[in-house]
Amino acid sequence: MAVKAQTLTVESRTERLIAVREFVSAAAKEFGFSDDEVSKITLAVDEACTNIIKHAYKYDPGKTIVVTVRGGNGSFEIAIMDTGADFNPTAVPSPDMKEYLSHYRRGGLGMYLMKSLMDKVEYKIQPGQRNEVRLTKYLHR
Amino acid sequence: MSEFKIAHRENDTINILELKGYLDAHTAPKLEEAFQSLMSTRRFNIVVNCRELSYISSAGLGVFMAFIEDIRKNNGDIKLSNMSPKVYNVFDLLGFPLLYEIVPDESEAVKKFSGKAK
Repeated sequence: MAVKAQTLTVESRTERLIAVREFVSAAAKEFGFSDDEVSKITLAVDEACTNIIKHAYKYDPGKTIVVTVRGGNGSFEIAIMDTGADFNPTAVPSPDMKEYLSHYRRGGLGMYLMKSLMDKVEYKIQPGQRNEVRLTKYLHR
Repeated sequence: MSEFKIAHRENDTINILELKGYLDAHTAPKLEEAFQSLMSTRRFNIVVNCRELSYISSAGLGVFMAFIEDIRKNNGDIKLSNMSPKVYNVFDLLGFPLLYEIVPDESEAVKKFSGKAK
């Protein structure tokens, strides 16, 4: 099943997360993922958008997030774009979960979750212009 | 929009928070307030019943992380119960079952506090 590219643009506000989740979960379901996989994909996208609202836009509600989904050849991809502060994704350490939990640390779980939930997580950072995170999940894998 | 609700009950010295709906970055502050309010009145024995919790993201998990240390310092605990497999998976993915007691049923969580002073 192919899903043609669809785009949702939302304001950078946490109350819009629910709309993003509904948009992504409908497209993932249409592509043929199981309920369990739909949940994982939806959560990964929520984490990506939450990171943008908090870190790239620092809770500035006047900014926008552009979410594009497309699927074909067994591969489902979500591209999430913002024009906020850039960052170096390789400089964000993957938390050592044991150490993390033993120190009751908070936050920083979003990137770890995205990597755990999806098959591929790629960042395209154009400093000062736009950031894009591309999440991919394969069907039947 | 009321996509997340918390009901608070007391069972002797145990405080039960029933979560309902979607716990994400938007609704997490509500849970934070609930914990804050229990802490400020020195109620540290807390059971979180997740029977009607449909969704949790890391913003929600972060709230548990934010309070557990202080609660345990005060001889209390947060125990979780009645989680759907979907919600449990998220806790499990991050290794939370190592840190929190997660039991199938609320009464079991309450029992785990028994014999312990307030």
